[in-house]
Amino acid sequence: MKQFSAEQLNQVQAIIARYPEGKQKSALIPLLHLAQETFGGWLDTETMDYIASILSIKPIEVYEVASFYSMFHMKPVGKHVFEVCQTGPCMLNGSDEIIAYIKEKLGIEAGQTTADGLFTLKPVECLGACGYAPMMQLGKHYKEFLTKEKVDQIIEELRTASKH
Amino acid sequence: MSKKILLEHAHIEGIRFYETYRKNGGYRSVEKALKMSPDEIVEEVKKSGLRGRGGAGFPTGMKWSFLAKPEGVPRHLVCNADESEPGTFKDRYLMEFLPHLLIEGLIVSSYALGSNATYIYIRGEYAWIPDILEQAIAEAKANGWLGKNILGTGFDCEIYVQRGAGAYICGEETALIESLEGKRGNPRIKPPFPAIQGLWMRPTVVNNVETLAAVVPIINMGGDEYAKIGVGKSTGTKLLSVCGNVNKPGVYEIDMTISVEEFIYSDAYCGGIPNGKKLKACIPGGSSVPILPANLLLKTAKGETRMMNYESLADGGFATGSMMGSGGFIVLDETQCIVRHTMSLARFYNHESCGQCSPCREGTGWMYKILKSIEYGHGKMSDIDLLWDVQRKIEGNTICPLGDAAAWPVAAAIRHFRDEFEWHINHPEEAQTRNYGLAHYADPIHVPTV
Repeated sequence: MKQFSAEQLNQVQAIIARYPEGKQKSALIPLLHLAQETFGGWLDTETMDYIASILSIKPIEVYEVASFYSMFHMKPVGKHVFEVCQTGPCMLNGSDEIIAYIKEKLGIEAGQTTADGLFTLKPVECLGACGYAPMMQLGKHYKEFLTKEKVDQIIEELRTASKH
Repeated sequence: MSKKILLEHAHIEGIRFYETYRKNGGYRSVEKALKMSPDEIVEEVKKSGLRGRGGAGFPTGMKWSFLAKPEGVPRHLVCNADESEPGTFKDRYLMEFLPHLLIEGLIVSSYALGSNATYIYIRGEYAWIPDILEQAIAEAKANGWLGKNILGTGFDCEIYVQRGAGAYICGEETALIESLEGKRGNPRIKPPFPAIQGLWMRPTVVNNVETLAAVVPIINMGGDEYAKIGVGKSTGTKLLSVCGNVNKPGVYEIDMTISVEEFIYSDAYCGGIPNGKKLKACIPGGSSVPILPANLLLKTAKGETRMMNYESLADGGFATGSMMGSGGFIVLDETQCIVRHTMSLARFYNHESCGQCSPCREGTGWMYKILKSIEYGHGKMSDIDLLWDVQRKIEGNTICPLGDAAAWPVAAAIRHFRDEFEWHINHPEEAQTRNYGLAHYADPIHVPTV
């Protein structure tokens, strides 16, 4: 069964304490972030039911929220998700070419994961880095001013890191 | 060069941390404000003429004065840091480099509005920024600017940071409130307005990051002095985030007295268009506001020099003008394709529609579909009128402004670049190979000298 660690449960209590009594549902999105990071990068039904039990809300209240927000993955994803921005300002600076290059380099289409489970390509909409385009989100951080060489380098580093 | 107020200290090393920030005059506005009454602060903000920096440009002091104050009901201030309008990344800059400026503004504003629990709702993708803000909050608290009985005044205040999870719609204030309550980001029907029933049905004010940061200089210099900066109803300074085809993309602070031409071509700002190319078009205030061709961007329809302020950018209405919006300044050079760019924006709005209202949910899908068909060489001449018809049926027919925001870019693209759409339809193969050959259609102008 899925379970947060004791330390994480303290964190959960601290998050809930930010809101008035009885308004613990406000902690839902922060807890889903924590759950996604903790339990394999995506949210399965068991995980969402667990969050519902922590917040004393109905499971459907969790499902309807998890499925609304684009950062929550409702299906398994690779270890590293390339969330490449494709909106107008990034497009003006060549995001189409970057996405095409990643597809070619990894041999996958948008939304797919490489056979080794290492990379998922997910074109996304504006991430607020328009002046530093083209760009992608990789975990907690942004990779900006992308070029084909930079993409090569990122993939190489992640592949090397996964071998250790 | 324009006067810098918000970014005055942005270049100082270590300004992100409390000691340096305080040494450079930080938290003076809290000392001053907490000696005033809350109503006096609201009055100063009214006098300053400050207008909401999130995009709508609504007078902040007036918004504050609408806040209901029923006996025994807690009130809340919520900081809208859900910056998601394509082209906009100014709040990110403020939060990353001057977190204490925002915290300082939040303390003063919380005191003015009587908020003991204030929330910063930040877009989920800015995943590293909550750590920066939380550190600033901890430092402020350790130094007595937050927590219980601040400066011995009896005022208590806590600030909490909440991450969203990827939804443009949560920048709309009632959707943001829903999201903060742990729900889907579906905008609420107004009235009741948040000022009467907002977060947890309590009176709530939602303000943009830059708006709240601007409260600091307003208190420090006084509302009247602040109102002297700028021109007309465009008082104070405005942050602009510049992207697209310029030599120097980034965040700039202007006092709204410079011309659009100077802003684009001066080395103090955008530094011109790269590779000697010509300016074709620009979306001056975030992707939702109307795109303008170069000739109408630099001069109004009346032939006057267009200035970088609320009134001048809107001169001519939507027929020949645009809007200041969120300050997301998107520049397109002569090689850019208006059809493809508009298609990309239509996809964005289609993706971000919350799905509550049929005109937006269905209409954004149709607009994307039709634009895609034109872009990929399957368009018919009647599609242009169909597109116009669809956007017209969305505008004004939805609960929140996302519908309008989706309709305007399409309407403006057709209004000013109809011949480019026609060219696409008449030359499907050429359009497919990206051999635009469109420069002369868009009437790009020659590079002016500043």
